[in-house]
Amino acid sequence: MNWNEFFSMGERAFYVWGSFGAVALAITGEIVLLRMRLNKVQKKVKP
Amino acid sequence: MSIFKYASPSTFYPLAGKIAPWFAVIAAILGAVGLYLGLFRAPVDFQQGEVYRIIFIHVPTAWMAMVIYLVMAAYGVMALTFNTRLSSMMMEALAPTGAMFTVLALWTGALWGKPTWGTYWAWDARMTSTLILLFLYVGYLALINAIDDKKRADKAGALLVIVGSVNVPIIYFSVKWWNTLHQGYSVATSGSSMDPTMRMPMLLMTFACWAYAIAVVLWRVRSIILERESEAAWVANLHGTASLKMSGARA
Repeated sequence: MNWNEFFSMGERAFYVWGSFGAVALAITGEIVLLRMRLNKVQKKVKP
Repeated sequence: MSIFKYASPSTFYPLAGKIAPWFAVIAAILGAVGLYLGLFRAPVDFQQGEVYRIIFIHVPTAWMAMVIYLVMAAYGVMALTFNTRLSSMMMEALAPTGAMFTVLALWTGALWGKPTWGTYWAWDARMTSTLILLFLYVGYLALINAIDDKKRADKAGALLVIVGSVNVPIIYFSVKWWNTLHQGYSVATSGSSMDPTMRMPMLLMTFACWAYAIAVVLWRVRSIILERESEAAWVANLHGTASLKMSGARA
């Protein structure tokens, strides 16, 4: 298997990786924001 | 003891904390296998070429967008009929993830549409009704944050979500009812149009999205429970404030 060929996705790299990348970004962002939110409120309720 | 034991925020908070990591692990494993099969093992589509691989993420996100909305509507019914606090909290926890999946469904759909149909966007029945779904999620979040009285905010939000749920069957059946741009069902109960080597990664990715959504919603509802009940005695007990006070009294 050729990696260059894999990443080029048959000349459709922008569309394929634009889709998978957006999902990866959204999921990472959501987890980071949730972590921050929970840390903030847990700090608040702790004495 | 019944399932209602966990209908109270104080008992659900530790339970959610215990089960959320398991769903996160399941999501990671299913997602990794799904991506491997979808990107490396599934053959090229003879009509659409490599770009068809977007369905491995497009279809699961679009399904989640609809399913999360229906779950929210079910919690809305419970919130209005049984007046349970946790139901409203669950709705608030579900909405951001539902909105995120709707944005991703529209985004991945646009990136698929351009090379396949020649356009990023069209006012096609399914695309338009999915956009309306996004407005419903955003509208719900705006509404509950605009009303200061939490009880009234929850009621109004539940009502909005229940009324808006009429949109979900419209999205689902749109490809059958109107002959517009979007292609038909990818998976059907009888005779799916997809090859098993393509269907398998799509189903795995769907279950991964399910598990992911359960994990993040449980994590978010933990934050919401603490935010809303920060004054409650059980929250103080949770972090040992009460025991500190006791030891302080002893000293």
